[in-house]
Amino acid sequence: MTVMEQRGAYRPTPPPAWQPRTDPAPLLPDAEPYRVLGTEAAAHADPELLRTLHARLVRGRRYNTQATALTKQGRLAVYPSSTGQEACEIAAALALEERDWLFPSYRDTLAVVARGVDPVEALTLLRGDWHTGYDPYEHRVAPLSTPLATQLPHAVGLAHAARLKGDDVVALAMVGDGGTSEGDFHEALNFAAVWQAPVVFLVQNNGFAISVPLAKQTAAPSLAHKAVGYGMPGRLVDGNDAVAVHEVLSDAVRRARGGGGPTLVEAVTYRVEAHTNADDATRYRGDAEVETWRRHDPIDLLERELTDRGLLGEDAARAVREDAEAMAADLRARMNRDPELDPMDLFAHVYAEPTPHLREQRALLRAELEAAAEAESGNEPGTGTGPEGTRR
Amino acid sequence: MTTVAAKPATMAQALTRALRDAMAADPAVHVLGEDVGALGGVFRVTDGLAKEFGEDRCTDTPLAEAGILGTAVGMAMYGLRPVVEMQFDAFAYPAFEQVVSHVTKMRNRTRGRMPLPLTIRVPYGGGIGGVEHHSDSSEAYYMATPGLHVVTPATVADAYGLLRASIASDDPVVFLEPKRLYWSKDAWNPEEPAPVEPVGRAVVRRSGRSATLITYGPSLAVCMEAAEAARAEGWDLEVVDLRSLVPFDDETVCASVRRTGRAVVVHESGSFGGPGGEIAARVTERCFHHLEAPVLRVAGFDIPYPPPMLERHHLPGVDRILDAVGRLQWEAES
Repeated sequence: MTVMEQRGAYRPTPPPAWQPRTDPAPLLPDAEPYRVLGTEAAAHADPELLRTLHARLVRGRRYNTQATALTKQGRLAVYPSSTGQEACEIAAALALEERDWLFPSYRDTLAVVARGVDPVEALTLLRGDWHTGYDPYEHRVAPLSTPLATQLPHAVGLAHAARLKGDDVVALAMVGDGGTSEGDFHEALNFAAVWQAPVVFLVQNNGFAISVPLAKQTAAPSLAHKAVGYGMPGRLVDGNDAVAVHEVLSDAVRRARGGGGPTLVEAVTYRVEAHTNADDATRYRGDAEVETWRRHDPIDLLERELTDRGLLGEDAARAVREDAEAMAADLRARMNRDPELDPMDLFAHVYAEPTPHLREQRALLRAELEAAAEAESGNEPGTGTGPEGTRR
Repeated sequence: MTTVAAKPATMAQALTRALRDAMAADPAVHVLGEDVGALGGVFRVTDGLAKEFGEDRCTDTPLAEAGILGTAVGMAMYGLRPVVEMQFDAFAYPAFEQVVSHVTKMRNRTRGRMPLPLTIRVPYGGGIGGVEHHSDSSEAYYMATPGLHVVTPATVADAYGLLRASIASDDPVVFLEPKRLYWSKDAWNPEEPAPVEPVGRAVVRRSGRSATLITYGPSLAVCMEAAEAARAEGWDLEVVDLRSLVPFDDETVCASVRRTGRAVVVHESGSFGGPGGEIAARVTERCFHHLEAPVLRVAGFDIPYPPPMLERHHLPGVDRILDAVGRLQWEAES
């Protein structure tokens, strides 16, 4: 009997599919962002957590407005404000234990400060200095990352290394909606899922990558849905609901610490200010849209809940405001002092030991500086200083 | 104690031995890359490491070079000493952003607090009959990136010594392995490997008085052959093997050129914007009054790497080197 004659009776028995094949259903995010404030669940929110979040958010907002003002005064080279996104910033830091690590993007100065980094040191790069300021190991905060999404694989590698060493450390990596289009986002999530690394990815979807709206960035059902393709759970949360963000991130951190692997959290929020002081948001969005989001302000949401439950008296509210003002005053005072810069430092840490050709260039710079200093002190530059006492 | 006589060993074997010894000496050393586990890498350099040290120490990663290097950065941040394998020169480009934006800058931007002691192994160069994207000489990109060391062995013994030194270095190293030398053999005793010196020193492979051939990696053997052939022309050529492009050993190179008064730089990489331009400039700046002729370059053409059937016309060969030596203004001496 030929194959042609067999055809009618043939039942295909292909080899089994390659593993892994898992059920995607448990990984899928909810259809709507998870919310607590303004819902019945808010009644069960811990009063202490509410008060802490409120005080930290007010302080964060004040930090944003002060840093923006300092930029306008020329004290900062640039400041990407996170006004409107404070709930994400603060909750990200509070969801972590001290031994955990934070991997911030350039808009996440608030999260960095909320981890305990000195507010002035956190602004070192943004004020135009050559280094990151804070010691990453002191508060376990990686340097602010400007190239989009490139810090995500670092978080995966660090978390993986910690697990190999037997430390129960979790890494929380922050990225924006635009960053999810980058290849490093894909590679980091894939590595994290394959290695089951204890990482939490927090996407702050603030609607815009500078001027480009989300619809031009992705055709995914939601950014949280991207998790499913990697085999990790995706969670969608209202990024302006500090209690909800804190809960979702805390769950994800707990899951990662317990060996459950990575989670992708999409926090839906809004960048109330322009991208930076150098941006003009009126070119790509209308006031009405901004106003809608201002009415869904993360601090207002908390204050309404606290007031409704009688948890924020007038004295307490004043104390919160005064604390934020004190922080801002300190920031102003310290940022208005010029940093001490030594150009010779530019060569100090390129390598453990400068290479021979960097030593030559360092000597050149030193000679230039010495000549300039001499010229400033009134002496004719070069006279009697060099081996031949001459200058071209 | 008996001494094992030096037997012929391949460069690939010496590299494997270096990885194995480094992993045995320091539990922080982790190898990761594509196919480095069960297969032992496409060039078998990681042969047996996963079996001996476990898959947590020698890890098959997903197929994504930026992810490999990016996660290695994170591992180094946590105190490990990763050695990553890029499968081929031209497949390392997706990882280039991590090299430029993070690997080379992290020590500097954290004022030395967060050094990244990692080694990026890259098989490079042509001469193996590879199809496109398998024969690039990418050293100029890495040389032009401050914060990296760029190292390349040309002998079996150096493959061991330089790789051990690179892994031991507290700075990130791009370790370029000449593909066509993987199966080259030298008498080398794996039981008594040479002591490991820090990277950064060139070495004179052949002494001579007429002119200096400055070269590295896959072109060393070609230069040695050219130097032998040059004897028939009455030229006694010195050959300097750079071993490390960064740091660059001006001292050894210039001492040689000052002795001979003439120099030719030889490499597979293209000449326009290639390493030879930098080397020729450095030599000229430092040795101008000792030079009898301009420093010449013998390099690959400035074309996309040619197909295997034509690559012999592209690669610097003995004749092209001798032609260049012939153009070093000898008539002035007669």
